[in-house]
Amino acid sequence: MTPQRYWKKPPFIHNPWLRYGLWAGVTLYLLMALWTLPFDWARIAEGLPRAARIFSGGFPPSFERLDLLTQGFKESFQIAILATLLGVALSIPCAVMAARNISPLPVYLFGRAVIIVSRSFHPVIVAILFVAAVGFGPLAGIITLMLYSIGFVGKLLAEEIEEIDWGQVEAVRAAGGGFMAMLCYAVFPQILPRQVGLSMYQLDSNLRASAVVGIVGAGGIGSTLMNAFGRYDYAFACAILLIIIAVILVSEGISGWVRKKIW
Amino acid sequence: MLEITHLTKRYGRNEAVLQGLDLHVEGNSVVAIVGASGAGKSTLLRCINRLVEPSSGSIKLNGHELVKLKGGDLRRARRKIGMVFQGFNLLDRLTVMENVLAGRLGYLSLYQAVMRRYPQADIERAFTLMERVGIAQYANKRADELSGGERQRVGVVRALMQEPDVLLADEPTASLDPRTSEQIMVLLQSLASELSLPVLINIHNVTQAKAYTERIVGLRHGKMIFDGVPDDFNQDALDAIYGGIESPDDSSSDDEAEQGASP
Repeated sequence: MTPQRYWKKPPFIHNPWLRYGLWAGVTLYLLMALWTLPFDWARIAEGLPRAARIFSGGFPPSFERLDLLTQGFKESFQIAILATLLGVALSIPCAVMAARNISPLPVYLFGRAVIIVSRSFHPVIVAILFVAAVGFGPLAGIITLMLYSIGFVGKLLAEEIEEIDWGQVEAVRAAGGGFMAMLCYAVFPQILPRQVGLSMYQLDSNLRASAVVGIVGAGGIGSTLMNAFGRYDYAFACAILLIIIAVILVSEGISGWVRKKIW
Repeated sequence: MLEITHLTKRYGRNEAVLQGLDLHVEGNSVVAIVGASGAGKSTLLRCINRLVEPSSGSIKLNGHELVKLKGGDLRRARRKIGMVFQGFNLLDRLTVMENVLAGRLGYLSLYQAVMRRYPQADIERAFTLMERVGIAQYANKRADELSGGERQRVGVVRALMQEPDVLLADEPTASLDPRTSEQIMVLLQSLASELSLPVLINIHNVTQAKAYTERIVGLRHGKMIFDGVPDDFNQDALDAIYGGIESPDDSSSDDEAEQGASP
């Protein structure tokens, strides 16, 4: 008789105590969380028909105040485009500073600090701060999204710079080229496709985010949307939401196409 | 005239890769440097143009000390030292012409370099040299579209654009097929006499070293153990350089040399 062979995939966590202990812990925590959170079932039951009323109030969507809608969108576009241009432009020096292979340690730490600070808060929180600082309106939105772009694009570009083909840098240095010449000839051409792709993505993402930061008062279509809700004008709000979805879809399509062309 | 005296290079706390090396190269001689991987050939060449920092010793080019130079002085000294790399190290995404003119980066202002406002004389020289090696028709092609042999010709022309006083070639043929690599060796040999330029070539291929150079220098474990004309390079010399039982620390010093050569 042939000996029976047996194989089973080894468990991800070897120690059985730890393995089952983790499961037990997660289950216990879930139960406790559900138990202690103040779910007011009566209020939820009451709210459901209200939600239904809001949604039904949204139909049919009203495009009556088209000028308000277009104005809001125009502002959102302006915010997104300006913030992207400024943010991407500023993210390049930040990325150079934050790339360990071409920057000395103190500069590297400074560059990383800038990027970490601009990444540490969600745009909505930053927008609240800047609305308080510079007042309601698009300026707060522009500054917010600019910071957001610096953080995101700067981080990814810095990582791209850290992975360049070092031979090209050596070649420029061997020819006696200075630091800036080295950047312009050996570094930037190598990260260019990534740079263009990231900028496109960032424009796309800033357009979406500009609607969100508008809600806290930083201008654009978000402010228009918030006002519509404030006036219980659900039909107009619904129209705005539909247009936002359409615009995002279109911009997604365009940026995807451009990135594919450039890659 | 290149005078290297007592050159030592040590990576970290490991055994020195170059152990007090002395080498004098005069006139327009073509010198082959042979040795097993990790013998210090690459480190030697990179110490000359300071892509690698020598630990101690002296390197003089036409009487000027290179080891102590910093900043602008170092860049001006590097202009006079052309280098051809094993992996070509072309600026892949730029055109062949831009690659060739990158050899002038040490002479150009940043504005000229970034705006591609190259002096007419440089462009003339670029075309003359490119015609000489047969790549003029590729001037506007991207460097990464060329074949290996063509790419190395671009590398050679780029180095010659520097109007160097000495040409360093670090395994210039190791990435090429046998036929192309012979062509590149012939090219280096004839260019050396045409431009009366001393050329130092790191090379693995002993047959090519004997065929195309006037002097062979053999390195082993960072020491020079052979220096003579190709006719004297016999089986004994070959055994001394490549043969025998490799010492236990051989592989580790290999790794160090490679790491140091391309950080």
